[in-house]
Amino acid sequence: MFDLVTAAVEGALAAGASYADARVMIVRYESMSAKNRVVEGLTQTETAGIGVRALIGSSWGFQSTPELSPVAARRAGERAAEVARASARVSGGPVHLSPTPVVQDSWSNAYEVHPLDDVSIGERADLLVSVTGAIADAGIPLAQASHQIWDTQKWFASSEGSRIDQHLVECGAVIDATALGDGETQRRSYPGVRGQYGTRGWELVREIDLLGHAPRIAEEAKALLSAPQCPEKTTTLILGSEQMALQIHESVGHAIELDRILGWEAAFAGTSWLDPVQLGSLRYGSDLMNITADATLPGALGSFGYDDEGVPAQAVDIVKEGTWVGVLSGRDSAPLVGLSSGGMVRADGAASLPMVRMTNVGLLPGDSSLDEMIAATEDGIYMDTNRSWSIDDKRLNFQFGCEIAWEIKDGQLGQMLRNPTYTGIGPKFWASMDMVGGPDEWVFWGTANCGKGQPIQVGHTGHPSVPARFTDVRVGVR
Amino acid sequence: MGWDPSTDATATKGFAIADQILDLVGGRAEALVTCGQGLNALTRFANSRIHQNMASDDDHVRLRVVTADGRIAQATTTRLDQDGLERLVEGAVEAARLCPPDPDYPGLAPCSSLAHVDHFDLETAAASPDARAEVVANFVSTAPDLESAGYCSTDSDTHVLVSTNGLRYASHSTMAQVDAIHRAAGVDSPPTDGYGQITSQRLSDLDGRRVGQVAEQKATGGANPIELEPGSYEVVLEPKAVASLLLFPAWLGFNGKAYAEGTSFVHLGEQQMDERIDIWDDGTDARSLGRPYDAEGTPKQRLDLVRSGVSVGLTHDRRSACLAGVDPNGCSVGQDAFGGYPGDLFLAAGDETLEDLIGGVERGLLVTDFWYNRILDPKTQVVTGLTRNGLFLIERGAITQPVQNFRYTQSVVGALSPGHVLGIGNDAQLVSNEGGVVHVPSLRLAGWAFTGGASG
Repeated sequence: MFDLVTAAVEGALAAGASYADARVMIVRYESMSAKNRVVEGLTQTETAGIGVRALIGSSWGFQSTPELSPVAARRAGERAAEVARASARVSGGPVHLSPTPVVQDSWSNAYEVHPLDDVSIGERADLLVSVTGAIADAGIPLAQASHQIWDTQKWFASSEGSRIDQHLVECGAVIDATALGDGETQRRSYPGVRGQYGTRGWELVREIDLLGHAPRIAEEAKALLSAPQCPEKTTTLILGSEQMALQIHESVGHAIELDRILGWEAAFAGTSWLDPVQLGSLRYGSDLMNITADATLPGALGSFGYDDEGVPAQAVDIVKEGTWVGVLSGRDSAPLVGLSSGGMVRADGAASLPMVRMTNVGLLPGDSSLDEMIAATEDGIYMDTNRSWSIDDKRLNFQFGCEIAWEIKDGQLGQMLRNPTYTGIGPKFWASMDMVGGPDEWVFWGTANCGKGQPIQVGHTGHPSVPARFTDVRVGVR
Repeated sequence: MGWDPSTDATATKGFAIADQILDLVGGRAEALVTCGQGLNALTRFANSRIHQNMASDDDHVRLRVVTADGRIAQATTTRLDQDGLERLVEGAVEAARLCPPDPDYPGLAPCSSLAHVDHFDLETAAASPDARAEVVANFVSTAPDLESAGYCSTDSDTHVLVSTNGLRYASHSTMAQVDAIHRAAGVDSPPTDGYGQITSQRLSDLDGRRVGQVAEQKATGGANPIELEPGSYEVVLEPKAVASLLLFPAWLGFNGKAYAEGTSFVHLGEQQMDERIDIWDDGTDARSLGRPYDAEGTPKQRLDLVRSGVSVGLTHDRRSACLAGVDPNGCSVGQDAFGGYPGDLFLAAGDETLEDLIGGVERGLLVTDFWYNRILDPKTQVVTGLTRNGLFLIERGAITQPVQNFRYTQSVVGALSPGHVLGIGNDAQLVSNEGGVVHVPSLRLAGWAFTGGASG
């Protein structure tokens, strides 16, 4: 495939580009879903294509084609240059690319059991059928299960001389039980509302033991129908690690994307409340808040060898002891704030333009535990498993809902509560974090459906997280 | 004169590929093949410059196979050479063989006659990056002192559908959009955004200057907004805001599968919305953008969902229709697990101008757009989200001041319930939301629950 990416780059250069890079991507994908013992959806997809970026003056152009031939690749390079020339009609300042080493390398993530090649489709289907059966047997009218699998091969070349090929295997699964009440529904999911995903093989799905957790979520969904409503008040809030992953994703991960900070996403995804002049001094949260963006974590969903600009995967400090110190960046954005690329630019396919994406943006463990947090709380609420999420376009004002909650009285978990929600303003909320779970509770949550960009792209991000406690939080907003 | 796919090279190529796939399937299974070919191009700008400019050729086929005992698999590929197609077919047939049978499989759609629709514009299909850049330049030029961001896109699609039981359909369509904001700096407050958009079948309809002027007025008029107390306010929702909200009843309410599973708000035959509300799906309407058939080959038709406020219809694919004992109605999206979706949704226009709607409000808010809308419960249709791109106080029938953005938590169906719809605009237009494109007017509603201010 290197002949194709080389032809594409040469086509762009011959058409006047000062810089060009190209990716061939071949992605095999499977999604399967079952409901109440019936496989309702099975889709297998193979997409292939080549995408080329060309830089002319201060303007980018991108062209992709699904045709994998040297002629089509070169033509795509030439057309990318044509598109770049049109961009010059409404142009801005010069584009400077952050320097990156010229690399010739091959990288793949580790996995034990290839989910498509080493596991029969019958076995994959049987798991979903049996687990939905177990949930249904527990008296649940809507029992659902699904998995997704990706096998991605990439070949990258740049006009600077890099030649990189990568192979990523990713998969994960989710189950949920929905109980129907009088005028409302209650759902419990496992391992989380979006499941659990990683750059791993089918061993991940086996380890999370879907069948073993089916009866519990079924009973919890039924119990939620008659549980009291989460009260509306300001209180101490403990979040489980799955909900913490969502909290990190929405109120830190997107806010630190440099393209948002620079206004490049203003019309759709939005901007950020962060101002680059405050980098290194702004208080983002309490002293216990330590956030990193680490694309090198084995098995986490936001891990890779090189980003789609050929920049090596890195671990970058984002928030250190509560102070904002880092961003998510790429080669054309980082120099605008005096940084080098963090290697965080990716596309969801050959037909998509690479853009700044989260890697594994996560909270480093502290020295507490969920049990210690509950024991240390006189009056509060413990929530877990995300149910709804909404945040403003500067990533400040959020309102999140969870599937389940329990009241806490005098250091003990009390009764279950339904429809729990909480709301806040990012830095104020993070400043109230006073207890953080320890290394034993550190989970690499994976989000396989992060939407961003126009046309919208679906990104894979990782969020290592632990349970944490927050004070003076408004809960129960309806 | 109508389009003749037999003389169209792209459609002919699509049919040839689809026929090749049916030959490869042979007698091993029932099969449905769709082939989509086109060009998707989007010129994106921010900070008043084009910063992302892309064009992608689209060439893909989708195959659904069903064995004699109801085992189903679906596969898609962009690899259209002989090896790629063979891999597609063998993989799908093998996957179906190993999957459990679906006891509710209703069989392939029968052959039907299709309504004539023409949603194609040659100029749009052939649009150059320069043509899109011109629309952007015109938008940006309306407010040279403000920052601008948004996109201009052109998309074309030639689609064929064939099946082992004789379906042989083709369609082609185009879509063009300009969707953008101007941003005005505040004196002692954050910048304020103003929004405008046009969605059409034709690039020539995209008047960048007109959209830019609307956005400029909103942006500059929104500078230095006041902060109001949260609470219930009478509102006038512009079409973009209405489109955002209709996503939720369309996705999780009118869906016949969700209805059967007990998670829909719909009670057929009941007056659930105000008598002024009519909602329907119609891919054959000249104003829509879709195909004359759905993903399974069922013809599209007008499908009434809410008539004079009474819930009267549900969207079905073949599987959910079969389970409900009704005819499928052209709403398949090709995903049995999902059910039906109204891909060409209309909310009937009224006869009042936007100024009339505002003029009737004693004290309330004009909402340009909602953002990050998420549903809390499908059955109650309670949704939370935020305002953006222009929020204004209305006092004694006139806009008086810009207002800082609010968070809301509101039941969509509750807001449209009997007696709560106080006016409907005559400004219905195509607007995109997260589910596609809808045709909706402005609405004046008696109450909307704003549950939090921008500062928390």
